Amino acid sequence: MGEGTVWTGRRMPRLEDPKLVRGRGAFVDDLMPEGTLHVAVVRSPHAHARILRIEAARARGAPGVVAVVTADDLSLPPVPAEGLRGAKLAPHPTLARGVVRYVGEPVAAVVAASRAQAEDAAALVEVAYEPLEAVTDPQEALHDRVLVHPELRTNVAYRRQVRAGDPDGAFAQAYRVVRATIRQQRVAAIPMETRGVLASWDGALGLLTVWSSTQVPHDLRDALADALGLEANRIRVVAPDVGGGFGAKLNTYPEEVLVAELSRRLGRPVKWVESRRENLVATAQGRSQAGEFEVACDPRGRILAIRARLVADIGAYTLATTVDIPALTVRVLTGPYAIDHVQAEVAEVYTHKTPTGAYRGAGRPEATFYLERLVDLVAAELRLDAAVVRRRNLLPKSAFPYRSPTGARYDSGDYRKALRVLLDRAGYRELRRQQAQLRAQGRYLGIGLSCYVEVCTFGWETARVRVAPDGSAVVFTGTSPHGQGGATGLAQVAADRLGIPPDRVQVVHGDTLAVASGMGTAGSRTLVVGGSAVLRAADKVRRKMQRIAAHLLEASVRDVELRDGVFAVRGSERTVTVAAVAEAAYQASRLPEGLTPGLEEEGTFVVEQATAPFGAHLCVVEVDPETGEVDVLRYVSVDDCGVVVNPLLVEGQIQGGVVQAMGQALLEEVAYDPAGQPLVATLADYPVPRAVHAPAIEMHRTVTPSPTNPLGAKGVGEAGTIGATPAFANAVLDALRTFGVLHLDTPLRPERVWRAIREGRAWG
Amino acid sequence: MREPVRTIQLSVNGQASTVTVPVRKTLADVLREELRLTGTHVGCEQGVCGACTVWLDGEPVRSCLLLAVQAEGHQVTTVEALGTADHLHPVQQAFWENHGLQCGFCTPGILMTVVAFLREHPAPSREEIREALAGHLCRCTGYQNIVRAVEDAARRLRPARG
Repeated sequence: MGEGTVWTGRRMPRLEDPKLVRGRGAFVDDLMPEGTLHVAVVRSPHAHARILRIEAARARGAPGVVAVVTADDLSLPPVPAEGLRGAKLAPHPTLARGVVRYVGEPVAAVVAASRAQAEDAAALVEVAYEPLEAVTDPQEALHDRVLVHPELRTNVAYRRQVRAGDPDGAFAQAYRVVRATIRQQRVAAIPMETRGVLASWDGALGLLTVWSSTQVPHDLRDALADALGLEANRIRVVAPDVGGGFGAKLNTYPEEVLVAELSRRLGRPVKWVESRRENLVATAQGRSQAGEFEVACDPRGRILAIRARLVADIGAYTLATTVDIPALTVRVLTGPYAIDHVQAEVAEVYTHKTPTGAYRGAGRPEATFYLERLVDLVAAELRLDAAVVRRRNLLPKSAFPYRSPTGARYDSGDYRKALRVLLDRAGYRELRRQQAQLRAQGRYLGIGLSCYVEVCTFGWETARVRVAPDGSAVVFTGTSPHGQGGATGLAQVAADRLGIPPDRVQVVHGDTLAVASGMGTAGSRTLVVGGSAVLRAADKVRRKMQRIAAHLLEASVRDVELRDGVFAVRGSERTVTVAAVAEAAYQASRLPEGLTPGLEEEGTFVVEQATAPFGAHLCVVEVDPETGEVDVLRYVSVDDCGVVVNPLLVEGQIQGGVVQAMGQALLEEVAYDPAGQPLVATLADYPVPRAVHAPAIEMHRTVTPSPTNPLGAKGVGEAGTIGATPAFANAVLDALRTFGVLHLDTPLRPERVWRAIREGRAWG
Repeated sequence: MREPVRTIQLSVNGQASTVTVPVRKTLADVLREELRLTGTHVGCEQGVCGACTVWLDGEPVRSCLLLAVQAEGHQVTTVEALGTADHLHPVQQAFWENHGLQCGFCTPGILMTVVAFLREHPAPSREEIREALAGHLCRCTGYQNIVRAVEDAARRLRPARG
């Protein structure tokens, strides 16, 4: 980073917080323009049915109702969605036409003066359905007996095969082959703020303003332009304060298109805020994959080759992130290990369920979970210690930059060091000794390990940095932080380059009018990609300030340096403050020849190579054999996210991610019955971890700078869920080894654990 | 059919208010929509997540489970009354300095619970703090820094020994 890194690296409390702790944030539902109309959505109660007719007369006559609309009334195109080349896409209809394909699919919309009136009237919309057979099991869907989209003539949306090295040869020479089938259940993202959208059409100017709880305001702007046939320049999308996203708010959703169109038609502000019940059926869900595996190993536990057949249950339609995720799982399948021979295949299958999409980690937690379970199975098969098997397989420090057989590139790392630090800090040997001791007393401790690598930071970002005549600064970014503290991190980066303290740096994000382009906040990219763009823009501003300072000081530019907010001539007493330079920058008469007034520059950073954060996690649990309950006793993490701008923010990301992973490993599942009815409707039956469940995490870091960007950062937003999900599961299954249990699918709820113990005892 | 309404009087953050509200409207919605106190957030509408927690006569309640008409004649306190921009409440200050919030959506409700909890338990253990938070969901923080913030706030609130 060089000179003047005063703010980078500091545990600086966030700039975002003072308003949030006072309840003065502005989330979508907090915005209440005069005359706003409210939308209630009529949703399908069937997983698969033909719509025979929709009778809306009673609803139209209900108090406060302004409009009731169906697909026929609006004739909007489906929600724009992209997908990988060769994918058979089924974009989500804005409102269902003719057929519904999952419980919760929007069928009609009621607009009324209040939300209560809209909901009352929605109950009066009578939809006659002819229920059709639903396909909910992805294995069953592969047979194409019931087609979700008959026009596609298959339920397979996307198929990809990868073959690298000589897997057949490696299997032929294997000492042992370990086989397993591993399922990862469907989970819901559950941001505490549900989705919500407010649209306001200005007919006189022909301008549409949309406030949405989204992670990607620019993507939403472009999707709305497509769907509504408007120029993107006539649409302003604002992501105000956003109450968490976790990937689920990366998609454009039907309600966003619907509400924007209703505002345009009615000429009034129109708002829809998702209820929690809707959130559990109408917001994209995550994971929802299964794999059949064969692993070839040598006597020392070295993994020679892996064969994988993955099937992803993607639900009924393709949203923006649906198709990419399972494909990414295949790409990172070999994780942090030196596995040379791979044969892998993924099939993404339509079913009559809520669509899936990105969920924190997005494809990479799935790969890590498979691999970390398989490593434990190899260790069990060979009666080797799980840590030893990991060490023997981890890529050596000399391997970087590394290209995996499945095509992923890792920038830099020292994976063995991360594991070494973990085992040391956790006191691994002592833990194993304790485990053996307690086992003799009839207590069941489990120790779970997980090593991971995350491949992240995609795309590009532009940033603008402006220093005002009063010496304060504004940073404009196309990223769209929604809880991570990105504004604080970006302000720290800019502060160091500009010599202006972060509390005088305002960060503007989430507004397409203020920033022309951007790729939002996802994929652990905000600080790495957005921050690198800010760094470049701020450097340009700094160079201009330096030229002005030199002019004011009557010195050579080369002799002027910036330190603590002051430009000084090296070896003399002559100085001028950043504020004075900023003031002069706006006065043409005080500028050196060739400079134009103003102090604003743009910087762009394009990702040429992804970054690869990595780490190793350890979890200790105790399982109660009488009840199947799992008590998390300890959690130790070692994460390497490269150079850290703000340790406080990094720790927050790890802590939150680990507990979210714990939810997936031990508690959460969106289950469906065979007819496609979701069995979860509220947060009372969807168990998000609470404070009493969550462990205090003992966090450690190693620092391997990334050579791919000027900050040396790697990203950290998803590391927690990627590294931790298998650590929790491995810990529970380590405790169950005594009972002959080698694998159980998540979530490892007490009942599942208890049954496995009971069956293990019966057999044992 | 006209929506039945009632005019009620209540005190909100120390100020007497008279509002005419539909009888079925929740206290949360009336605080947010009629009184424009939008710091109280609604996360689940059924009393599970705790985001909408306010005080009724000084005791934490879930404002999504109370009808506004039930608050008639009572004193309601919301997050907006805790501190000012210049003088944050010590619990707000502790949440800020300990990174006890990320997206901030669940935070106002948690603050209302914590301030009331610390009145009764000036020196709580970590386990007691986690128990006190059991009625709140936070998806961002993993709770660790919330627990730390509450411990720190307890220290700030205890009278200096001397």
